[in-house]
Formats: sequence, structure tokens, C-alpha cells
Amino acid sequence: MAIEVRIPTILRSHTGGAKAVQASGDTLATLIDDLDSQHSGIKGRLVTDEGALHRFVNVYVNDEDVRFTGALDTAVKDGDSVTILPAVAGG
Amino acid sequence: MLTIDRPTYDAIVAHARRDHPDEACGVVAGPVGADRPVRFIPMLNAARSPTFYEFDSTDLLRLYREMDDRDEEPAVIYHSHTATEAYPSRTDIAYAGEPGAHYVLVSTRDPVDIEFRSFRISDGAVTEEPVTVIDTAG
Repeated sequence: MAIEVRIPTILRSHTGGAKAVQASGDTLATLIDDLDSQHSGIKGRLVTDEGALHRFVNVYVNDEDVRFTGALDTAVKDGDSVTILPAVAGG
Repeated sequence: MLTIDRPTYDAIVAHARRDHPDEACGVVAGPVGADRPVRFIPMLNAARSPTFYEFDSTDLLRLYREMDDRDEEPAVIYHSHTATEAYPSRTDIAYAGEPGAHYVLVSTRDPVDIEFRSFRISDGAVTEEPVTVIDTAG
């Protein structure tokens, strides 16, 4: 068992075009580290140099926006589903 | 080039006028790979602001789920500027996350004349494109 991560179009260049990939971890942070070890460069698109989630992406664990569940500290476990979407916003 | 039918064009303009002076935003979905905007989906501007727009995060997830289920993609992502020209702002460019979409900007700064322009935004580069409105029969 692993955690399914759904990848938005704009990040599929990191996953060889795959719409969904598998990764493992016990928090969103360790999951993203694992994701980056398989799909180099993807972490930089999700996490800032200061170690916070980019404002430009929304990440959901089982349909819950992680901004409300502890951001990168959000717990994840096998069988969970993670969805990454680009925020649609502007000025 | 963006090709869009008259009813969809009119619906985007009407949404922008209705939400003025706040920015209005939404999507026109189309079949994956077809480059054809067919399904008009007005979204709430969660920021409710004259200078910023953002899809609510729950609405965003629901929208993408639904498009995924229907084999659609966002053919057009539109929003309005209510006091400035219909050209992508620096914030628009920073946030643009759909290089395959037509980014439509509508300006409602003039109460009579509407500005309706379309752009591609990819890797920070903005390219304006012509807009063709198809008048449907009848």
C-alpha cells in the first residue's frame, strides 16, 4: 500500500506525463521528500526555500485543504489520497 | 487564437458586469485536447475584492474533479479587472498555472465599452492572441 498523489498538468513534466503517482511518508513533508526522490525537482514547485508550501498550489489530503490541517505537518498514511492543484487566482 | 461562441462570450461579460466593482472569475471547460470552450462555469471570487480574485479551495477541488470525470480541461480561465486595462497583472502571471488555457481578461472600467482580451501565459511569458466570436445561427 502507498499513497496516491494526483499531479496537475503543469507538474507532469516531472512525472513523465503521469496524472497520478505513488509515494510514501507519514507527513505531507516526508511524502513530498519521497516524491522528489522519484521525480526530481517537484519539491521545488511545491515548497518554498523557506520550507513552506507555495501560495500558488493547493494540496488536499482526502479532499481536505492542508492549509487547514497543519500544512506540511499534516499526517498521511497508506491508503490516503493526495491531490495537488494550481491555485486559480490573480489580481 | 481563441474561438468562442457568442452566448459564452456574453455570459462572461454579464458575470463581469454583475460582480463589478469586485473582480469576477470563472472557467469555460472543454473536451481534453479539443481547444474548444463549451461549458461556462462561473466561480465565486473567494477574495471578494476589486483587486484580487481566487477560486475557493473547496470549489477548486470540486471543479477539477468534475472536469476530470467528464474528460474536460479548463479551455478558458477568465477574470475581470474593474479599474484597469484587460491585461494580465504581475500577480496574474505569477499565479498562472494552466499553460494550455486561454487566459481571458475582461475590463469593466468603462460602464459602456467592454474590453475582452485573451492571452497565453506560460513560464512567466504573456502572449496576446486574437479573439474570434462565433455568432450562432438564428
